[in-house]
Amino acid sequence: MSGLVMERISHAFGSTQVLRKVSLVAESGKLTCLLGPSGCGKTTLLRLAAGLETVQNGRITLRGEKVADNQEGLCLAPEKRGIGIMFQDYALFPHLNVFDNIAFGLSNLTDERRKWIEESLQRFGLAKHQHSFPHVLSGGQQQRVALLRALAPEPKILLLDEPFSGLDVTRRAQIREETLSFLKECGVAVLMVTHDPDEAMFMADHIVIMKRGEVVQAGTPVQIYFHPQNSFVAELFGELNHFEGLVHNGQVSTPFGACSIPSIPDQEKAQVLVRMEGIHVTMGHNKSAHDGKNITFGHVEEVFLLGRSSHLHIRVPGPNDQDSVILHVRVPGVLKPEFGAAVTVWTDEKQVFVFPAD
Amino acid sequence: MITNTPALASSRLRLPKVNGWAIGTLTIALIVVLPILWVVNLAMTPAGDIWSHLVETVLGQLIWTTLLLMTGVGLGTFIIGTATAWIVTMCRFPGQKIFEWALLIPMAVPAYVIAYVYTDLFEYAGPIQVFIRDVGGFEVRRDYWFPEIRSLGGAITMMTLVLYPYVYLLARSAFLNQNASVLEASRTLGQGPWKSFFKVALPLARPAIAVGVSLVMMETLNDYGTVDFFAVATFTTGIFDVWLNLNSPSGAAQLATVLLTFVIVLVGLERYQRRRQKFHQTSTTTKPFRGFQLKPLAALGAFLVCALPVTLGFLVPAWILGAYALDFYQDTLNASYWSFVANSLGLSAFAAFIAIVLGLFLAYSLRLGRARWLNLVTRLAALGYAVPGAVLAIGVIMFLGYTDNAIDGFAKSSFGVSTGLLFSGTVAAVIFAYVVRFLSLSFGSLESGLAKITNTMDGAARTLGAGPLATLKRVHLPMLKSSIMTAALLVFVDCMKELPMTTILRPFDFETLATFVHQYASDELLPEASLAALTIVATGIIPVILLSRTIAKSKVTQAHNEEVST
Repeated sequence: MSGLVMERISHAFGSTQVLRKVSLVAESGKLTCLLGPSGCGKTTLLRLAAGLETVQNGRITLRGEKVADNQEGLCLAPEKRGIGIMFQDYALFPHLNVFDNIAFGLSNLTDERRKWIEESLQRFGLAKHQHSFPHVLSGGQQQRVALLRALAPEPKILLLDEPFSGLDVTRRAQIREETLSFLKECGVAVLMVTHDPDEAMFMADHIVIMKRGEVVQAGTPVQIYFHPQNSFVAELFGELNHFEGLVHNGQVSTPFGACSIPSIPDQEKAQVLVRMEGIHVTMGHNKSAHDGKNITFGHVEEVFLLGRSSHLHIRVPGPNDQDSVILHVRVPGVLKPEFGAAVTVWTDEKQVFVFPAD
Repeated sequence: MITNTPALASSRLRLPKVNGWAIGTLTIALIVVLPILWVVNLAMTPAGDIWSHLVETVLGQLIWTTLLLMTGVGLGTFIIGTATAWIVTMCRFPGQKIFEWALLIPMAVPAYVIAYVYTDLFEYAGPIQVFIRDVGGFEVRRDYWFPEIRSLGGAITMMTLVLYPYVYLLARSAFLNQNASVLEASRTLGQGPWKSFFKVALPLARPAIAVGVSLVMMETLNDYGTVDFFAVATFTTGIFDVWLNLNSPSGAAQLATVLLTFVIVLVGLERYQRRRQKFHQTSTTTKPFRGFQLKPLAALGAFLVCALPVTLGFLVPAWILGAYALDFYQDTLNASYWSFVANSLGLSAFAAFIAIVLGLFLAYSLRLGRARWLNLVTRLAALGYAVPGAVLAIGVIMFLGYTDNAIDGFAKSSFGVSTGLLFSGTVAAVIFAYVVRFLSLSFGSLESGLAKITNTMDGAARTLGAGPLATLKRVHLPMLKSSIMTAALLVFVDCMKELPMTTILRPFDFETLATFVHQYASDELLPEASLAALTIVATGIIPVILLSRTIAKSKVTQAHNEEVST
């Protein structure tokens, strides 16, 4: 069932167009992530969904009920929509204590809701802070109060604007996990905005990637990671090895041999992207490695120990015996090649992506 | 990210509302600016050869004396304010905690009150000279040297003693906000504590201190009671003199316009330094400085340096007034003290109320407004505070006189009735002048109060089901409550102390505490008026207490943040 549907949303501030015909669906019971660099319009989209910004173009439906449509001049006030939002700066009311902050949105504080608040506070270890004021809480505590405040009125959908960006890096992972399991228990539809790809992969059931006011790809984390539709999406998850060349007989040559590209016509430029962790390494020159498919030989130029993994620079011959090139490779920490060591490398087909050149 | 969501207006009501705000803001700004424009206009009107007469006779002297007064008070407050702020912030010695707020108290004493007290103490017939004559066996004034209190130097001293807290306050918060590690860095680079102060701390605090000194100078230009009482010829006294004794309103307006250029320079300086303050923020998260633990002798020195201004600026005058009040309170009561109290309270309370209503309107208009010009207009409406009371008094009289005549003329021609003077010489004129002058006080404190309510809080309230009015009632009003109280109190107390405008604009035979005290003190009857003077000082203490409480509170949060972060 569809929780929130936004259709063909366009929006401008003055002469700056921040959203161009953006459509997205956030399904009930699922966590949808809006992922993109800062300034791509994702927060504006959230504010439009909440009714904090007037829809200029497009339509928004919430559980099948229209809440905004520019053609009908309809734009329901935020208090009439039944959505919950957690702001990046939390926006807790400084004049109300923790309990009153959370209960702010409840027109009728029933015993059942009071119990829910108390239990939730208990769960997050905030029970003793019930009567404290927000300014005495730590960042993580404030974040959880803001989350509970947004959830208390049982909203149709919960909007989260960069929910973890205000937190200390050391606490972020833990709070992220706690928040995720709490949200799953609540079963509420969630639309979350983030610029952190790892966070999106960790939290989301569905990811919508935005760039300069447009959706560039939407799908499950698996689809996004293994089937990026363009280099922007592929590059979200870290630096890539990048090869470019002209297509010849439906193929483009790489240091690992020819790579077939049926989708690009001959004589056009194509780019081949390989994830750093998509390159496998074994010590010595071994012709039978990976059954001899897609292999090439080289030697280690530099080694950076990162702890759990190592970052290698490996020099291999270029395609068609041109100048040699340097591959950037991530290998597990147990593999500790030394400077100058001879290695055999091959690619994992799943982590090789081919696109027309930009 | 652009987040200029209107706080209260629901989407479809937006346009007409903005227009209402714009019109209201323009009207308020116009009303505030008109009296000042009237002065300038009057100064431009040819009025015989009064201007050349002024230039030949008094103008040079007025400019010179006023400059000397401003420089003297500026320098004095700079030294006392900065030194005490530095000692109290950086050093730890017995009494340091008390001095943190006690150094503010002289602010409660109006300059004219302290001038009366010290004149009473130091004049020829005063106890000190009597004592000197008794001990030294002198007969007459010629036989010994003693400084003349009724002089320019006396005026500088009096004003310095009560105005230095402005510099102290701003310098102290600048020192507090300086990251301790900046100073530590200076120390590790081989600079001693003194050198670090002059090379790092003082330059970093310079914009804040400059703001404080410009505020002090504005107050100096505004003063009327002290210079009138000491017969020091500054612009303020000059304006009144030309107006009332030479009977030349346009001459007074011309002097007032020259004075206004002084003010414009000061306002420009203040604004410039305020902008620079932002760049001098060394860090957003500051690690508070632990402070030097002073050795006994140094501690005594620090104690004395801090105790001196508090003693001279508050304890001595309060003690003398208190002693007189005990002996002579019956005389004050006989002079219908209670009716003066009622007049002062009534005027101040009413002016405070209007200033709050208008200030709230301006602050919301600024928050909702998206038009740049509205912003500018709002700032204009808050300029009255810089304009000296003497200038405003002329402007208000001229403006209201014109309005009265216009209404009268209109009524005569349309209905054949004369309305006479509706506003001139009534309490309405006094309240109008108060509001024009003190509107910026209420606006400023309400604006900073509103700034604490972020747009996301509005968003949170609205998404949690509270409509615009409910948001106003449940979020804005509770959060603004203390700002409104502070704003009202600041305006109220400044109205209670106000002298030049009240003297000129009040109805005939209408006395407030301030005019009564000035009248009696000028007639050498300070003891008989001491209860009234003490009342003014006592009211002045309320905002000082409030101020020191916010300072103490900010320290609690600071201490707490340290606790959380460690």
